[in-house]
Amino acid sequence: MTAFAMNDDHDNPYALLGDDHDDGHRWAFGTGFTDPLEGIDTTVPAGLDAGALARYCLALGDDALIYSHRLQEWVTHMPELEEETAIANIALDLLGQARMLLARAGGILGQTEDQLAFFRAEKDFRNVRLAEHADADFAELVGRLLIFSAWRLALFAELSAAPDPVLAAIAAKGVNELTYHRDYAAQWVVRLGDGTEESHDRMQRALGTLWPLTGELFRPDADAVASADPGAVTVPAFMGVIDTVLAAAGLERPDAVSPPAVAGRTGRDGVHTEAMGYILAELQSVARANPDATW
Amino acid sequence: MTEPQWPLYEVFLRGKRGLNHVHVGSLHAADPEMALRHARDLYTRRNEGVSIWVVRASDITASSPDEKDPFFKPSGDKVYRHPTFYEIPDDVPHM
Amino acid sequence: MTVASEPDLRAHFDETIAAQRRIEPRDWMPDKYRATMIRQIAQHAHSEIIGMQPEGNWITRAPSLRRKAILLAKVQDEAGHGMYLYSAAETLGADRADLTGKLISGRQKYSSIFNYPTLTYADVGVIGWLVDGAAICNQVPLCRSSYGPYARAMIRICKEESFHQRQGYELLLTMMRGSQAQREMVQDATNRFWWPSLMMFGPPDDASPNTEQSMAWGIKRHTNDELRQRFVDMTVPQAEKLGVTLPDPELRWNDERGHYDFGAVDWDELKAVIAGNGPCNAQRIARRKAAHDDGAWVREAAIAHARKNENHDPERTGLTLAVTRD
Repeated sequence: MTAFAMNDDHDNPYALLGDDHDDGHRWAFGTGFTDPLEGIDTTVPAGLDAGALARYCLALGDDALIYSHRLQEWVTHMPELEEETAIANIALDLLGQARMLLARAGGILGQTEDQLAFFRAEKDFRNVRLAEHADADFAELVGRLLIFSAWRLALFAELSAAPDPVLAAIAAKGVNELTYHRDYAAQWVVRLGDGTEESHDRMQRALGTLWPLTGELFRPDADAVASADPGAVTVPAFMGVIDTVLAAAGLERPDAVSPPAVAGRTGRDGVHTEAMGYILAELQSVARANPDATW
Repeated sequence: MTEPQWPLYEVFLRGKRGLNHVHVGSLHAADPEMALRHARDLYTRRNEGVSIWVVRASDITASSPDEKDPFFKPSGDKVYRHPTFYEIPDDVPHM
Repeated sequence: MTVASEPDLRAHFDETIAAQRRIEPRDWMPDKYRATMIRQIAQHAHSEIIGMQPEGNWITRAPSLRRKAILLAKVQDEAGHGMYLYSAAETLGADRADLTGKLISGRQKYSSIFNYPTLTYADVGVIGWLVDGAAICNQVPLCRSSYGPYARAMIRICKEESFHQRQGYELLLTMMRGSQAQREMVQDATNRFWWPSLMMFGPPDDASPNTEQSMAWGIKRHTNDELRQRFVDMTVPQAEKLGVTLPDPELRWNDERGHYDFGAVDWDELKAVIAGNGPCNAQRIARRKAAHDDGAWVREAAIAHARKNENHDPERTGLTLAVTRD
């Protein structure tokens, strides 16, 4: 494939940025080619329950996969072009986390990341219901992201010391990304809460809609304890972050009650909201329509 | 009704190996914090270790790089700056 | 500022162009140069932004996680390209919000190719191969545009676009080595995008009245037909490697000319699409308009918040959140 030779005889400011830009490989935001799992032994450590580890990685991976899907739906709908880049960044980061986590689970279960993503039935997906929620407006977008990223960041900070080295490496990389996500969401929640009257009302309403989905995040998880023992992501610590943001935003933390489990089961048990079927119908459609294809 | 626009910010980067900040372009943001974050997304691909400056375009005072601008006109044209213009009598000391 | 006369300024401008040096933002330039440059850069920017839609259409349905990441990153790059170009246009005194208004009202255009629908995942690969390929043909010469900020934006964009083309082609190679259904999908997508890709280079030279002045001013470096021919010559061997047939029975190598002969482009179709009557024009603009309109309250809120905090010490109002395990 021939490429035209480009004229080099004019000042190119990017040439001054060092060789990071000229390696010819890096083509996407947030998906640089340094492999976070390089040099890490992928054998499941002795004494660790491999089944529980796989289920837990699946859970964390599904959270990211489904959440990223909802963010991808916002591409070309963002309120300003700069926000398009920002939201695509976040969606890419979460997709990257999903891939690594599904690969870790898949390595134990004998399946590829794509088999898990595209050929599992809804009841076998382990994401929390918060991840499935379709954001009705920008206020819900940033409010939900604040809740999700604050929780996931605190969790990943703990998991950076997980006994499984692969999960620990994934979590360590995720901490940097989630810090950025939480910061982005927090800044926007403050701007909207303390912006115009309309933005304040929308932001408060969004919190009211989203808050019930928070309870599920702190349900005890046997697989988590068995495989990673992440120390409690304590509710008070999470609330501390949320309350700091809400105070700066001039918003009230809602008093809402979490929706109950269905027959004692929630997202982690494969029992989702009605939105999940539509998400998977779309996400899996092309892969399932071409089961013998190579992509 | 015309809504208030997000002001224009100019972006300057200094890479890890760079010696000074270089102008790379502009973007729109509502405030400096947002401008910084957007600059990172748009101009650095979230590269670590790149120093970013964002400056409101309206805060920049610039000259023209064009030679025709009097700012840079060589003194050959400003004849009164040339030493041969002034006639000094021979008998004035120290001149 | 300067006391030079307009003929002097004009002479200096002409000399800069003739010497292949750059015109920079604060230089004097003829009004027509400025207006033409703004329009060209803006329409290029609009193309990048609108171009996000036909490809963005397939992100949520990408059939593998790797393809999904590649496509999402590509669409993100396009947003970035649009912004670099709006940024270049603004150095000429244009205002981005105003340009957006002109796009939405139809007073400024975007590349005709994005008015075609993307109907299968193969379309994603074909857009990378043919559409980005055609764009690269157009854009590499623009890296030597007489206008400095535009040329610099083009250098960055061309680098990224060459990856996009490679990714699209690689997807097609994979599909052509895959299942029969995949091969048929690629051929079908090629059939639908080949002629519109040729139309991307614009009307034939004898129907392009502005070409001469644009070439003289370094706004355009090659004619439409020259670039179109170059694109065909490059692409035919690529199609052969893929194993797809380009839908033009008159396509054949001409030894005398040293180029491929190709059939007649349907200029009526191009005219109709440019006039707003392509398959997807209304839908593309409606989406852009909706995002812009729906986002107004958000943009206003950000300004309102910024104004409230303008006079505060940034150290004091910064929102600091702990990251440690506490």
